[in-house]
Amino acid sequence: MKHLAGYRRPYPGTQPNHLSPLYRSSIKRAPSQPLIYLPHTLSEVTGPVFGPGDVDIKACDLTRQHGGEPIGERIVVSGRVIDENGRPVPNTLVELWQANAAGRYLHKWDQHDAPLDPNFTGCGHALTDSEGRYRFVTIRPGEYPWRNHYNSWRPAHIHFSVFGPAFATRLVTQMYFPGDPLLEFDPIFNSTPDEKARNRLISQFDWETTLPVQALGYRFDMVLSGRESLPWEGK
Amino acid sequence: MSLRATSSQTVGPFFAIGLDWLNRTDLADPGVQGERISIEGRVLDGDGKPVPDAVIEVWQANSQGKYAHHEDAQKKPIEPAFRGFGRIPTDDEGRFRFSTIKPGPVPGPDDRMQAPHIAVTVLARGLLRRLATRIYFPGEAANGTDFALQLVDPARRDTLIARRIGDEAGRFEWNVILQGPGETVFFDC
Repeated sequence: MKHLAGYRRPYPGTQPNHLSPLYRSSIKRAPSQPLIYLPHTLSEVTGPVFGPGDVDIKACDLTRQHGGEPIGERIVVSGRVIDENGRPVPNTLVELWQANAAGRYLHKWDQHDAPLDPNFTGCGHALTDSEGRYRFVTIRPGEYPWRNHYNSWRPAHIHFSVFGPAFATRLVTQMYFPGDPLLEFDPIFNSTPDEKARNRLISQFDWETTLPVQALGYRFDMVLSGRESLPWEGK
Repeated sequence: MSLRATSSQTVGPFFAIGLDWLNRTDLADPGVQGERISIEGRVLDGDGKPVPDAVIEVWQANSQGKYAHHEDAQKKPIEPAFRGFGRIPTDDEGRFRFSTIKPGPVPGPDDRMQAPHIAVTVLARGLLRRLATRIYFPGEAANGTDFALQLVDPARRDTLIARRIGDEAGRFEWNVILQGPGETVFFDC
């Protein structure tokens, strides 16, 4: 009988607690019952597969989606999607969304008193290449106030969604910027107990991908759950 | 020593701008084989209030019980027109609805078949990590021996089993109660 290798579970402390009371929205939405450990079956080690036919190749440049240039500082955000075993995750779908340079989302519920930018929608997607690499051109998102506690402001961030090879590897996260003074006050960023894990959500300034005269480069690698043991290794 | 998986963070309230492009509420185009079904319900919080800023993603096998994925090595026909993925946002009342075909049984541990089910991810503002659960179907003999259902306290199993709506063929209701009485079973997976 074929052994079905599952995906590894998170190392303690490296994922947020479902209930993080300082993040108020979690109080009434986090499950109160313990999650039930489910050994992975075929349903969890498989997952949706996307290909070149599903994506718009222009969707990786958020500064070229309209007639004019968006306001703000152009940046290049790139990195690799790899697994915990260090292997690249090729051809997987990466989606991102963000506020504009003024800290405003193009969303009906965002009532922040800051201007929308007719030249910036703030969303994109791309498939990773054969080495797990992705690259987006965008503008640096602004910080913005939110209703969590008195004088609460979200640090600048970009939302990321990644599928990976299986239902079990689905990841939704946020990328932050180095040196942001708001990070230490942000209950969402701080919901991950492990400090090193938390800090891995902060992108790194990167000369290598910085474009002369054009755009600063930021690097953000994302690590998905790795296989417990590879199908062709030991029985 | 290995790398550690990146920490999850909430989708926040404004995910629609980034995720809507891939919404899919009708998973099976005409021509896809199988029994046509629809599943509708609501996502509710610990106060029983609707969650209008949630999105569920579903993953399922085709009507033969074959996943459109290279790791499914079963000798069963694959249907190129059926990916098996749906992404369904909730509306202002926390409601969602999707239509698909009923999945066939897929193998579980020890090569025993699992009861037909749909794997579900729930994402929302306030959820710092995705929640994973499953939708099963009522009246399936295989529910009594299903691997995942046996892991669940019998008193809570009903939260994973959709209910028929009226006499309409193929119409099911299944709700996501995030917290409190009737809380949906969520899996660590």
